[in-house]
Amino acid sequence: MNIRTDIAHGANHMQPPLLDVQDLTVEFATRRGAVRAVEKVNLTLGRGETLGIVGESGSGKSVTSYTVMRILDRAGRIAEGTITFGGVDVGNASESTVRALRGREMSMIFQNPRAALNPIRKVGKQIEDVLIEHVQAQPSDAREKAIEVLKAVRIARPEERYHAYPFELSGGMCQRIVIALALACRPQLLIADEPTTGLDVTTQKAVMDLVVELARERNMATILITHDLGLAAAYCDRVMVMEKGKVVESATAEAIFRAPQHVYTRKLMRATPRPGIGLRDLLPEGTVPEAAPPMPAAMPAKTGEPLLVVENLVKEYPRQGSGGGFAKLFGRSADAEADAPFRAVDGISFEVARGESLGLVGESGCGKSTTSMMVMRLADPTSGRILFDGEDIGAMPARRFARSSFRPRIQLVFQDPTDSLNPRFTAARAIADPLMRMGTGLGGGALRARVEELAGLVGLPTQFLDRFPHQLSGGQKARVGIARAIALDPDLVVLDEPTAALDVSVQAVVLNLLQDLKVRLGMSYIFVSHDLEVVRMLCDRVIVMRAGRIVEEGRTAEVMAAPKADYTRELLSSIPHPPL
Amino acid sequence: MLAQIARRLATAIPSIIGVIIVTFLLTRVLPGDTAAYFAGPAATPQAIEEIRAKLGLDKPLPVQFVAYVKDLATGNLGNSLTTGQPVLDDLRARLPASAELTLLGLLLSILIAVPLGILAAVRQGSWIDHLCRIVATAGVSLPVFFTGLLLVYVFYFRLGWAPAPLGRLDFFYSAPPDITGFYLIDSLATGDFETFRAAFSQIWLPAVTLAIFSLAPIARMTRASMLAVLASDFVRTARASGLKPSKIVLGYAFRNALLPVITTLGMVFSFLLGANVLVEKVFAWPGIGSYAIEALITSDYAPVQGFVLAMAILYVLLNLAIDILYGLVDPRVRIEA
Repeated sequence: MNIRTDIAHGANHMQPPLLDVQDLTVEFATRRGAVRAVEKVNLTLGRGETLGIVGESGSGKSVTSYTVMRILDRAGRIAEGTITFGGVDVGNASESTVRALRGREMSMIFQNPRAALNPIRKVGKQIEDVLIEHVQAQPSDAREKAIEVLKAVRIARPEERYHAYPFELSGGMCQRIVIALALACRPQLLIADEPTTGLDVTTQKAVMDLVVELARERNMATILITHDLGLAAAYCDRVMVMEKGKVVESATAEAIFRAPQHVYTRKLMRATPRPGIGLRDLLPEGTVPEAAPPMPAAMPAKTGEPLLVVENLVKEYPRQGSGGGFAKLFGRSADAEADAPFRAVDGISFEVARGESLGLVGESGCGKSTTSMMVMRLADPTSGRILFDGEDIGAMPARRFARSSFRPRIQLVFQDPTDSLNPRFTAARAIADPLMRMGTGLGGGALRARVEELAGLVGLPTQFLDRFPHQLSGGQKARVGIARAIALDPDLVVLDEPTAALDVSVQAVVLNLLQDLKVRLGMSYIFVSHDLEVVRMLCDRVIVMRAGRIVEEGRTAEVMAAPKADYTRELLSSIPHPPL
Repeated sequence: MLAQIARRLATAIPSIIGVIIVTFLLTRVLPGDTAAYFAGPAATPQAIEEIRAKLGLDKPLPVQFVAYVKDLATGNLGNSLTTGQPVLDDLRARLPASAELTLLGLLLSILIAVPLGILAAVRQGSWIDHLCRIVATAGVSLPVFFTGLLLVYVFYFRLGWAPAPLGRLDFFYSAPPDITGFYLIDSLATGDFETFRAAFSQIWLPAVTLAIFSLAPIARMTRASMLAVLASDFVRTARASGLKPSKIVLGYAFRNALLPVITTLGMVFSFLLGANVLVEKVFAWPGIGSYAIEALITSDYAPVQGFVLAMAILYVLLNLAIDILYGLVDPRVRIEA
């Protein structure tokens, strides 16, 4: 922390700032006229400085950075203000001037690194393209230099990776390649747009540490755009908070955390999950007493038979992964049989008591989603038993389970609230869907009444019921998804990262809603997540998974306070913490 | 790679067997009595029966089928009753004519449609985008016999730039030695430029007719596919890296947009090859489509069977070629294969 502050405040005071944005206003032409995405934004950034831009979706944080790079969509234009970068008036410069700056003097890394790379070109070649474009290399020595760049971003065996295609690399590795691409020409400014969203917490730490280290090494200015206040505070000198296109607060990271000035900043900060707080603490000040009953005490583990017992559950896939089914179809699976099958879930056993919520935590590929799919009976286990209310539902093929009497009792809330709703169904129709399909015999007025009752339960105002998904906000869509899942009074609800796609303030509300519903309706939850803080607040017990096995299991508070497994400790230490 | 191709070909065997059975049955249930047709209108019932026995049509279907399969195994597709020639010889003479015309038409079409589609996508909403839409709509909505006749009227009858639409070669010239069966290639290979010019002057008009018709699907698919790719994340990365627009559009976007375009090309090609009867009729082109139609009308079952079988085998080979092309374009397909 100290070193960075020194660079920021010491060495560069005499020089003009590297990046100077004054009164920037960006408009988008839409069918309903011009819409202002960014309004009167001012920011300055010196060499070696790190600025975090924090805000929720629609705050204009990405648009601001795209404008600085001049890579806005055709519909967007600078309506007002100036952008000066290294003495160049970026806003009015010719396209060829700006193109020469892009990639050489200012670079950008993106969310979803795998999609950010050309899928059918070797990653080494993609780096060469940038080097040759900016005359940092000749075709004769480009390859050598590309491998050097790969080494610089700490990629092991760079000579081999040079020949890899993006789909052959993990998400974290792809992000390293994107960073290599951005830093190949040693730019003076790096803009990182949600660089770690969607990456595991351990990978996030590795990627962020790398960015910060390289920035320090090269005295590079960095802008980190994120929705995660904790991440921004942990890695940035200064933080700028944006809301609806405007900057509401701008201060040093410490100041923002110690004494947030603006209401919105305070709200954002409260909503960010962090150690030592409960679910109710996430909600904005003043809303707790009226909107929600006092936090129900943790359910005592009920005696008697557990609701769900999973014994030695195994799921194997053929080695060739997704190509397996396809290859079989065309009779090409001959060589696939030589390899032993891949065990996505490798003999796990656990129980869920009635009224309990169990957290399932681990990195991508650890088998947590596969496990939840098997419990949901959407996938067939290779071996092992799934006892639900004493009955082995694992023995029933997934295809037939849809018509069994157990189906209404196990329901699912999906990760993406938008993609999991039929775009041609109104909210009411979506909620009514399970009621109509599971033969509850409700029709007409009774059905509508039940839908309205469910909407009331999840806090969705009835006037939204006749809207289509695209007319609803993310939080409203999440409520529809939850209402649909509880429509049949299930005993067990599997929640597959239900808040991962939501803004933190919406997440706070949804998590509280889930907790209230659980107590009110006496349901059990299996909560699949990679966010340990969220799991801590919502779950009674937690299972930490790695490579298809359970590495640690116990009451959430105990596991979080005193983790026994090294892996759990590693996960916990990777969570970015604000500098307090 | 070779083993892969062999495996891929092996999977086509069941469909070929299916094609053999279905075409056999279909030609037998076609309305019309082959024997009566060839005996002529004045024939006695006895004469018809004699012809029927001679053709083997009096035997039960399974026996006929076994005989048919036996013949197939020795490469004998039977004789055409209309031309009196072995069907295999007829196909061998006529398939290259159709293939040459279709390939040239398709090549012309690609040369126009792909750049047009790319430009329309890059300059979405500009005049070139509208031009692309108009050309595509006009091309697909004008029936081929109409464009064919129009072209003949303008370029032969009015302007005299093209020779009379009477087949592959003017009768002053003799066909080049049979190497590939494609007159343009064969005449060039033997250095006979005179014949090349003659063959070209015959083929360009029908080829343009086909090209106009096939412009639409290729241009539209190129445009749609390019638009999707240009909006993708990696194109944004390429822009943020300061790559030249030409590099982004041709090097990054177009190669990614190729797969659906190749699929469309395959579909258009196979469709044109068997279905351009109208063009063949207008230009008196001795192709495989008109041959099959004539055989069908006269209940001449051997050529129909031979035609369907030849097309089925061609489709299999075409799909194999497309699969190999996929693999060349997209490394992800290579892994799956």
